[in-house]
Amino acid sequence: MSSFWSWWIIVLTLGSLVAIAALLWWNMTNFTDVEEGESMGHEFDGIVELNNPLPKWWTILFWICLAWGLLYLILYPGLGNFQGLLGWSSSNQHVRSLEESRQAVIDAREAGLNVAYDRERARAEEVYGPIFQQYASLEITEIAENREALRIGQRLFLQNCAQCHGSDARGSLGFPNLTDGVFNWGGSAEHVYTTLMQGREGQMPDFLDQLGEQGIREMTAYVLSLSGRTVDRDLARAGEQNWAVCAACHGPDGRGNIALGAPDLTNNVWLYGGSQRAIEETLLYGRNGVMPRWDAILGEDKVKILSGYILSLNAD
Amino acid sequence: MSTTTNQPIEYNLKVVKQFTIMTIIWGIVGMAVGVLIAAQLVWPALNFDTPWLTYSRLRPLHTNAVIFAFGTSALFATAYYIVQRTCQVRLFSDKLAAFTFWGWQAVIVGAVITLPMGITTSKEYAELEWPISILILLVWVAFIIVFFGTLAIRRTSHIYVANWFYGAFIIAVAMLHIGNNLAIPVSFTKSYSIYAGAVDAMMQWWYGHNAVGFLLTAGFLGMMYYFVPKQAERPVYSYRLSIVHFWALITIYIWAGPHHLHWTALPDWAQNVGMVMSVILFVPSWGGMINGIMTLSGAWHKLRTDPILRFLIVSLSFYGMSTFEGPMMAIKSVNALSHYTDWTIGHVHSGALGWVAMITIGAIYHLIPILFDRERMYSIRLINTHFWLHTIGVVLYIVAMWISGVTQGLMWRAVNSDGTLTYSFVESLEASYPFYFVRFVGGVFVVAGMLVMAYNVWKTIRSEEVRAKEPLATQPA
Repeated sequence: MSSFWSWWIIVLTLGSLVAIAALLWWNMTNFTDVEEGESMGHEFDGIVELNNPLPKWWTILFWICLAWGLLYLILYPGLGNFQGLLGWSSSNQHVRSLEESRQAVIDAREAGLNVAYDRERARAEEVYGPIFQQYASLEITEIAENREALRIGQRLFLQNCAQCHGSDARGSLGFPNLTDGVFNWGGSAEHVYTTLMQGREGQMPDFLDQLGEQGIREMTAYVLSLSGRTVDRDLARAGEQNWAVCAACHGPDGRGNIALGAPDLTNNVWLYGGSQRAIEETLLYGRNGVMPRWDAILGEDKVKILSGYILSLNAD
Repeated sequence: MSTTTNQPIEYNLKVVKQFTIMTIIWGIVGMAVGVLIAAQLVWPALNFDTPWLTYSRLRPLHTNAVIFAFGTSALFATAYYIVQRTCQVRLFSDKLAAFTFWGWQAVIVGAVITLPMGITTSKEYAELEWPISILILLVWVAFIIVFFGTLAIRRTSHIYVANWFYGAFIIAVAMLHIGNNLAIPVSFTKSYSIYAGAVDAMMQWWYGHNAVGFLLTAGFLGMMYYFVPKQAERPVYSYRLSIVHFWALITIYIWAGPHHLHWTALPDWAQNVGMVMSVILFVPSWGGMINGIMTLSGAWHKLRTDPILRFLIVSLSFYGMSTFEGPMMAIKSVNALSHYTDWTIGHVHSGALGWVAMITIGAIYHLIPILFDRERMYSIRLINTHFWLHTIGVVLYIVAMWISGVTQGLMWRAVNSDGTLTYSFVESLEASYPFYFVRFVGGVFVVAGMLVMAYNVWKTIRSEEVRAKEPLATQPA
């Protein structure tokens, strides 16, 4: 902040504390012309006030608190731009991106600053890092069979993944079920690891312009027929005529394409609902799915353990 | 110094009566809504799948009803009563006083309609949208004119300490209300705050904490300074203590807001200044409690026979307890445990139900017979019943929230040997569940007590049995 505002804060803060100290000092002695313990001589609707002294223990407590407050403001940030003698700060509060944050951590370390958040992270890294490394040195498929590693994986899952995919990993509308063996972006150890590290963006375009409302009804019937659902055969046959449009991503046989995250349409598993209405909506409006990337948040070791955990959910 | 006249003064008691009766009614409404939402946390089906009965909409209705309808009506009633009696003069303007009553009721009705509809600024305790916000300002300006006008024409040489507190409360609330509610309207029912980001958060809690500090503390200390010595018939313990704790309290309180934003994006310096001031605040807060409780010296035996005095003194004990607890919770390392947990809810209710409600209830029991020319309340036994219902209710509530809050705080920070969190959020919720039931039961006790009071007040006003031989209120003291 500018030095004007810094001084503004310093003057107001210290000014308030000094004013209160002066007030307390002034009232510690009997400045009135009334004897201590006697009535002040005012009377308000029958109420009179006595001139008793301030309780001693209370006065002492007040001085202790004021002194402590001043000491705290000398040691820690508080008085405007003055950083405090301990050089303490809670975190690198000025950063605006992950890059800036990383740089700030390095700068603070070199300058010998006491940044609480950095210190806690470094300590966590030191204490817990080896535990994760120990399991991360295994292959993901080995992790999927290591009970200790899976226990860690489950905790990581509950804290980081359960918000979308559910505590039981069965997902919900728009969030994939991770236990049914169906993976739009591939279910191998490598694929799952990549999905977690880099995130995914799934895009289903809308087809109203291209197919028209009748075309969408027909295509819905055909898509449903692919997974063996009972449909109006004439409608489905009409839909098949336009299949080339969809085959670009979902493949000529409708079995999808993991390179694009295009779902297999023949297994009766539906990310956005498998009712006729839901599929019509998917075709009408399109769908956008985002899986966030976790590389910068969890790091390779934890992502590896998590990948193993997810594989284990599909082990049967 | 005393300027008691021999001619009776025609006080304006109409507006005092109106606000006193509405205090009781709004108290029951606000607390009943509180019990309903407490029940919803135990039995979620109680929102009946109706949008305007959901927790998210009724919770602000509850807070607005108890703070602004119940609490502030009580402050209006007692401010008007005390300022007249301690200045020995009728209110400065009857018309403006009447405007504050009807205007304030309109504000409350506006809140009761708009909040369940989901019309909100989303600022805690300042949810009411801009048209209502402007009405609040108009009423408040009228309040300032009536109150300070009456002080200006007083017939006593000094201004009594109760009026210092009421004056500070009235001015500070005007300043806070304007500061935090500055917004740009985009339609009749929607506006956007002119502040953004961390600045918005800071403005919000500067307002939010001082709503506690000036409305729920300073205002009610004014109430305390009149009704405690009056009911105990004892002199105020220390004039000098009242000087120190008044000026220290109002100087420091205004700084305490940032403790609501510990460990957030608020700059470290602001968090630390807020914490330092909050901790120092403990001492002047206790100054008020000491002055109130010590006023009873030489009259302690009255607590055995006078349940009204018991309400007033126990309220001071709760005040002392929550003003000790608050500064402790403002310490950053304690706050790291307590923040976002039910502990905060418990703390607020030990202040609101223990301090604010109990001092108000005591004041109402003192006032009703005087306002309606009765020798006493219809039933002293029922006051005693109310006292125990209320005390048990508050204790159940606070203890339940302490246990639940500390449990949550500890569960959220518990880590396994590998550094992962031991519990998921829903597990901590499960652990809180039994205590939500206890809290609900506590709330039922409190509302039951309020209904007992309503009955007692009704009987007092209607019954001829306790009618005073001569009118009491207009007699000079």
